[in-house]
Parts: sequence; structure tokens; C-alpha cells
Amino acid sequence: MNEVEPPLPAADWPDDIFAALKAAEIRQIGYVPDAGHTRLIQLCRADPEIRAVGLTSEEEGIGLAAGAWLGGQRTALLMQSSGVGNCINMLSMTKSCRFPMTLLVTMRGEWGEFNPWQVPMGTKTQAALELMDVLVYRVERAEEAGETVIAALDIAFNGGLVTAVLLSQRLIGAKRWVK
Amino acid sequence: MSQPTQGGNDPRLDRRAAMRTLLTGRGDLLLVTGLGSTTWDAAAVGDDDKNFYLWGAMGAAAMIGLGLAIARPERRVLVVTGDGEMLMGLGAFATIGVERPPNLALVVFDNGRYGETGMQASHTEAGVSLCGVARACGIEEVFDIADEAALDAFAAGLRGFDRTLFARILIHADDPPRVLPPRDGVFLKNRFRRALGDE
Repeated sequence: MNEVEPPLPAADWPDDIFAALKAAEIRQIGYVPDAGHTRLIQLCRADPEIRAVGLTSEEEGIGLAAGAWLGGQRTALLMQSSGVGNCINMLSMTKSCRFPMTLLVTMRGEWGEFNPWQVPMGTKTQAALELMDVLVYRVERAEEAGETVIAALDIAFNGGLVTAVLLSQRLIGAKRWVK
Repeated sequence: MSQPTQGGNDPRLDRRAAMRTLLTGRGDLLLVTGLGSTTWDAAAVGDDDKNFYLWGAMGAAAMIGLGLAIARPERRVLVVTGDGEMLMGLGAFATIGVERPPNLALVVFDNGRYGETGMQASHTEAGVSLCGVARACGIEEVFDIADEAALDAFAAGLRGFDRTLFARILIHADDPPRVLPPRDGVFLKNRFRRALGDE
């Protein structure tokens, strides 16, 4: 069975999110390669004002963002819902130190999911984040993406806390599979 | 200069003396220490606004150093952590090997033990080479330090390096009295940022 990468989304929500990151003066991005974030990662990597750091695991991003803030820079992290599970203990540091950052999470394991192994983490992503006192927003429609990310960044960096925006699988488009 | 404090024929270095050697004349060097003994070592040398100590988040020290080094390219950043802490964040070697910030020095105090949990053997004691990992991940300047002359030379180089450094410092597996720095994370964070002019 082969996995086929979905085409770039027709809607311009990744561009709206990118504009929100720029407006908030985000200077570092940590990411693990992800189909749903393909365009946003491309935009960040191409921007001379942003250092886009590829990670081996999402938990590295929490450390990266903490260090960036110690040095006076703002960071957003791009990950898939499965990666949220990898971050949980690191979120004890963000809470203890009130490190601000925003997680942009593409959802798996929900709308149209083919792979049942994505379902356990995907269905518990929001609850897991909220257990660690991350403030969670959810985007279902493309036109909400930009304004929601702006709101999430504002409260993170004004309030000294971690926020997350869950980008629903219906928005991103379910991953296509062929035999 | 580091002071020899171990008797007998044990060639390993004393961790407190090694930390003192690394930080003597540190100038504006920024320091991040990992959960456990390296934090107590830094506190024993002397608390400093330019120190950020980890009291948790095991495995994060190297990545905090990376984010800090990228954010402040005009400053030099030193991360000192233990072998157990580094092993938990081994992926950071690969990430740092790709990014290679010229102002980041990563140092592991390697005693082959988990000091905070009862001195159980770590994977380095079983032969895993952190220097080998660092080289394989593309970090070009790798130092395997087991004596005071090499430590002194490395410490002198911390004042003016311009490539990513990794050093493994072989230390004696002892457990010196704890010296605890402040543990309020918000205080440590704000103090550090204020020292850099960001608060």
C-alpha cells in the first residue's frame, strides 16, 4: 500500500497563517515534516527573517522555543497531532517557567482518517494539551485560520503561556491512500 | 586552572573543578545546565544572572542552547549537561549537526551514571560514545577530554570559538554535596532575559 501526498490545499489558509506569524514577529520555527503543513513550512524556510529548524522529534521544539525566548525571540512550532504526545513532559517546563509559544497542530485521526493507528492520539490531542494547561483553539474552516492564529499568538506572548491551534483534518483534507 | 582533587590513579576529572575551569573568566558567556548534577555544579561555582538551570524537562538542555544561540548570534552559549540527560535528547545531536550555530558549545560531563537516581549505569558506561554520535551527526569540532591539560585548553577556547563545539569530559563518578540554585522557573527566566536586556 502506498501513501500519496495530498495536493497543496486550494484554500490559502497556510498563507493566512504565515501572515499571522510575520505580523507577530515570529523569528524561529520548529517543525517536523508534515503533509498538512507543507506550504507553511515552505513559506517559513523561504523567509530570510525566520529561522526554520527541522526537528527529529516534536519535543525538541519546546526546548528550542524556550531557548529562543531566553534570547529574546518568539517561536511557533508546527507539528501533527501525533507529535503533541511527544511534547507532554516538556510542557512541564513551559508551565513552570511561563515560556510563551504557539503550537500549530495539523490533526489526524478524525475526519476521513484511514489509518486507525492515528485515531488514539488524534482523538485525545485536545484533552492532552488541556491537561497540561495549554490554551487550545480549533479551526474547522479555512477563513478562520488566520484570525485564530493571530489570537493564539497574541495571548501566548502577551500572557506568558502556551497556546495551540488545532487545524482540523476536514480543513486539511484527509490523507489519500491507494492500493 | 582546575585543581586536582581525586586521589589514587583514577584519571577522571573532578566535576566541580571542571565546571570552575569552564566558567573562569567567562565574561558574557551564557550558560544552560541540564537537570541534575550539572546544575548543582554551576551553582557551586557561583550563581549568575547569565545562568539558566533546568530543574526538569530532562533531555531539553541542548535544544534550549540551540534556540538561544540562534536568537543571540553575537553571544556565545555554553550548554553543560550530564550523559544521562544528553542520552534522553539524543536527537538534538542530529538537529544541532544540521544547524551548526557557530556560537554554541555543548559539553557533557560523562560519569557513566544517573547521579540523581542512585548512580545507576548509563549507556555511556556500556560503551556508547557521545563523541562518536556528535561526529556522525556532523559536528566538526569534537573534543574527548580526560585530563586537565586538555580541559584547560578547551576552556580557553570557549572565549573565542566560531564553530559548533562538542566536548565530552570524563568525570569521576562521585556525588559532591548539593548546592542548589534558585528553582523558581519564572524568576530564572526573567532574570536571564533581563541580563540580556529583554525584560
